Amino acid sequence: MIDKIKRDMAEAMAGIADGATVLLGGFGSVGQPDALIEGLIEQGAKDLTVVANNAGTGRTGLARLMELGRVRKIVCSYPRSAGSVVFEELYRAGKIELEIVPQGTLAERIRAAGAGIPAFFTPTAAGTRLGQGKEAREFQGRLCVMETALFADVALIEAWQADRWGNLTYRGSGRNFNPIMATAAKLTIAQAQHILPLGGIAPDAVITPGVFVDRVIQVDRGAPWA
Amino acid sequence: MPFDRSAMAARVAQDIPEGWFVNLGIGMPTMVADHIPPEREVIFHSENGILGMGPAPAADAVDPWLINAGKQPVTLVPGASLFHHADSFAIIRGGHLDLCVLGAFEVAANGDIANWATSENDSAPAVGGAMDLTAGARRLWVLMEHTTKDGKPKLVEACSYPLTAAGVVSRVYTNLAVLDVVKGRGFVLVEAAPGVGVEEIRARTAAPVALPG
Repeated sequence: MIDKIKRDMAEAMAGIADGATVLLGGFGSVGQPDALIEGLIEQGAKDLTVVANNAGTGRTGLARLMELGRVRKIVCSYPRSAGSVVFEELYRAGKIELEIVPQGTLAERIRAAGAGIPAFFTPTAAGTRLGQGKEAREFQGRLCVMETALFADVALIEAWQADRWGNLTYRGSGRNFNPIMATAAKLTIAQAQHILPLGGIAPDAVITPGVFVDRVIQVDRGAPWA
Repeated sequence: MPFDRSAMAARVAQDIPEGWFVNLGIGMPTMVADHIPPEREVIFHSENGILGMGPAPAADAVDPWLINAGKQPVTLVPGASLFHHADSFAIIRGGHLDLCVLGAFEVAANGDIANWATSENDSAPAVGGAMDLTAGARRLWVLMEHTTKDGKPKLVEACSYPLTAAGVVSRVYTNLAVLDVVKGRGFVLVEAAPGVGVEEIRARTAAPVALPG
């Protein structure tokens, strides 16, 4: 019997190696895999490259992981949200490497990795500072830059419902980066608010097919904020 | 009298016809939605995976699972849809948005826009979706004050700040005027705010302002 459901966090996080590239889902706190980030802090992997839209806020979650010195590099589109104090401190002190990527290019680099597309050309950032040093070509009269797929070792994502095959649904704007990140990592771990029996999620309603998911853990996260 | 912020947003809203798919940037552009009459169906997009975004909810009706690109709580209108980030930016980059309205630090006479980094030395600026929206939307309009707080023109011959995208702005709405950006002509006055003269607009613009025709 296939059963991807893990009962405890240590089992869910087992095997994440030092030096891993880790995708973190979520946009703001919605769809953010809080419990898995805590699990990663406990698990102990270090020298990580973290890919997330933002660079953490406050002193918990991703910010805590960074403050503990476990993140070598962050790849994100918007590092300076209100309350990104830890990132600011580490960045000013030269203790963290930053790769800034336009949000849509970030999404597409992740999608491309999951879809087996090693690189693509996009007009986004052509002729700007973020396009400098990248191979540039004109397509249909428009200057484009080459972007490469963002392959990862691990994806940590948050879902609304899951079953033991790893089929997932999402709630509201909590979908964001989660479904594409699920496709782009060698090991995809999902925290889900609800576990349903196999067949309990209507096939038409599945957003992430279980093929992309390796482990699931049930977490009563409740509302993502407020 | 120059347009105030609400009048500026209303002036943009006046030019958005029924049926357009529109992304509004963070800040003043967000106010544009409040000036679209309810009977005119305009569909608002948010980068984090929403089409059919409605107004902010009442304080006691907030759904914490539903936020916009500015991370503020929002609502969905009947007919709304939700999707992931790659689809959301396929909508943007694939030319499926009729319009994006953004703020800016500077707009140049050739349609260049600078709105993400305030200096070449800023090593960790936050770009978010600005470069995708400016490169991808079928029309890019800018809504901003005509000058900085110190009176420095924001409509310029060439941007001094790092570019977000080159040659993409087609129209600018400010507190003083509405101007088209026309290839080969630069800024062309469409309309002056009530009581604002062409000479004042020209004096506060660091590039030529042509009259229509």
